[in-house]
Amino acid sequence: MNRIRVVAARELRAYFNSPIAYVFLVAFVGAALFTFFNMQAFFARGQADLRGLFESVPFLLLLLVPALTMRLWAEEAKQGTIELLLTLPARHHELVGGKFLASWALVGVGLALTLPLAMTVSNLGQLDWGPVIGGYIGAMLLGAAYLSVGQFISALTENQILAFILALLLCLAMWGIGTEAFSGLFADRMSAAMRAVATGSRFRSIARGVLDVRDLLYYLSVTFFFLAASVGALRARRWA
Amino acid sequence: MIELRQITKRYGEIEALRGVSATISAGEVVGLLGPIGAGKTTAMKILVGYLLPTSGTAIVAGLDVAADPLAVQARIGYLPENAPLYSDMLVHEYLSFMAAMRGLDRGAAGQRIRTVAAECSIDDVLGRTIGQLSKGYRQRVGLAAAILHDPEILILDEPTTGLDPNQIVEVRDLIRKMGQSKTVILSTHILPEVQATCGRVLILYDGQLRADGRITDLTRSRSIFIRAATGGAAAARQLLERLPGVTGTTQGDDDDKFQTFRLALGPNGDADATAEAVFDAARARGWTLRELRRDEKTLEQVFREVTEIAEMTQ
Repeated sequence: MNRIRVVAARELRAYFNSPIAYVFLVAFVGAALFTFFNMQAFFARGQADLRGLFESVPFLLLLLVPALTMRLWAEEAKQGTIELLLTLPARHHELVGGKFLASWALVGVGLALTLPLAMTVSNLGQLDWGPVIGGYIGAMLLGAAYLSVGQFISALTENQILAFILALLLCLAMWGIGTEAFSGLFADRMSAAMRAVATGSRFRSIARGVLDVRDLLYYLSVTFFFLAASVGALRARRWA
Repeated sequence: MIELRQITKRYGEIEALRGVSATISAGEVVGLLGPIGAGKTTAMKILVGYLLPTSGTAIVAGLDVAADPLAVQARIGYLPENAPLYSDMLVHEYLSFMAAMRGLDRGAAGQRIRTVAAECSIDDVLGRTIGQLSKGYRQRVGLAAAILHDPEILILDEPTTGLDPNQIVEVRDLIRKMGQSKTVILSTHILPEVQATCGRVLILYDGQLRADGRITDLTRSRSIFIRAATGGAAAARQLLERLPGVTGTTQGDDDDKFQTFRLALGPNGDADATAEAVFDAARARGWTLRELRRDEKTLEQVFREVTEIAEMTQ
């Protein structure tokens, strides 16, 4: 546990030592606010809710999370520092877990920076906090799933650009198989199954304020699966 | 302390190591020598548990590296090739990070960092960003991190490449100091390096162990050099040729009084016995002996012989 914390602290510092953390936060918060007021037409709708925010957050996470995770292992492999980490008396899951927590914390900071929006809206009208809290929880869960996918991809290559693109594609695919446009092409049972394994539809129900244990378990197991895959990818390096 | 048993490592089609076996006892300072691509780095990566051998077993401190890597890694300080470091961190941040990962508590870590920083002469750059350091400093920061937890075993992959002569001397002195209390394995393709620091060398060539021995044994040649005033060179040479173990003599340049001879010994010749016989002959004939010594091969010669034999047998 202690090593997880040490790794997480170093990773966080590395994020803030480079422009990545700032670019991520500015892009995330900026884009969230822009879409909230312009594209989702908050004022025109005349409703005191944050639906506009949680409509766009999944797409922002989809685009920006791979930028956070691309360096996690690819940079270590490129710089050779991976050899330092993997020859320390530390378990692979401690390294993976630490890196995951650091990246998750950064997503959490990004989401926290949109909280003033909720405060403002609740001043403007009667804000129903249920969907708001649900939206934040859902965003954190969705973020965790994407982060673990991104870390896994990063553990497979030493090319950060490649890690970014592949993570983006995989996350997009995990979202896309659940969309009407795509799952509608298949027979009913198949399309229901596709929506069930997709990352999107569950987020929408959580963001409506409906917190179902199955949805929770879904995100946690996707996250766990890809973190375990990252550990596997590190372990496989020893056979290189 | 450290044992390689029939280690083979294959990367796809390439065989980096082919049945390498060696034993290193506690306290030895061993140089792993060989041309680039001989398998030195692979051997070290297997010892520190970074790579698994395709077949064979690596034993460190009685533990199978493949089965129990963490226990082995806790006992080893490792400096990978080119001393990779987190270039965005400050030197003291990096050392604190490594200390925390090694399980040192905060107080003990601060103490150890001060000690190793002084030992590696990096105290004046503790507050600098690693990315801005010269190669020499980076190398020493890497070394400082490797000895933070006071490991029994130090494994250093090319610790002096890319350094200028002054820095090389500094790092070499440091390694020699470490060698007094630790088992050290260092790899290099620079021969004087080994001569200056190691008691024993392992020569790897094309994935195979070609020579293993103390430097003094490997550099001992099979010829004896004599400089003496014998009165008559031809007679003396005849006499020397008949001494036990001698298979040939060559006569070197003479001045008016002294002659030089080089006696070649057969593969089974006992150099000590021959030297004694030379001395007895000299005393019997009343020669004035100025020099009587076993020729020393330079490590370069040893290295070339070993690798040439390897090439010839292929």
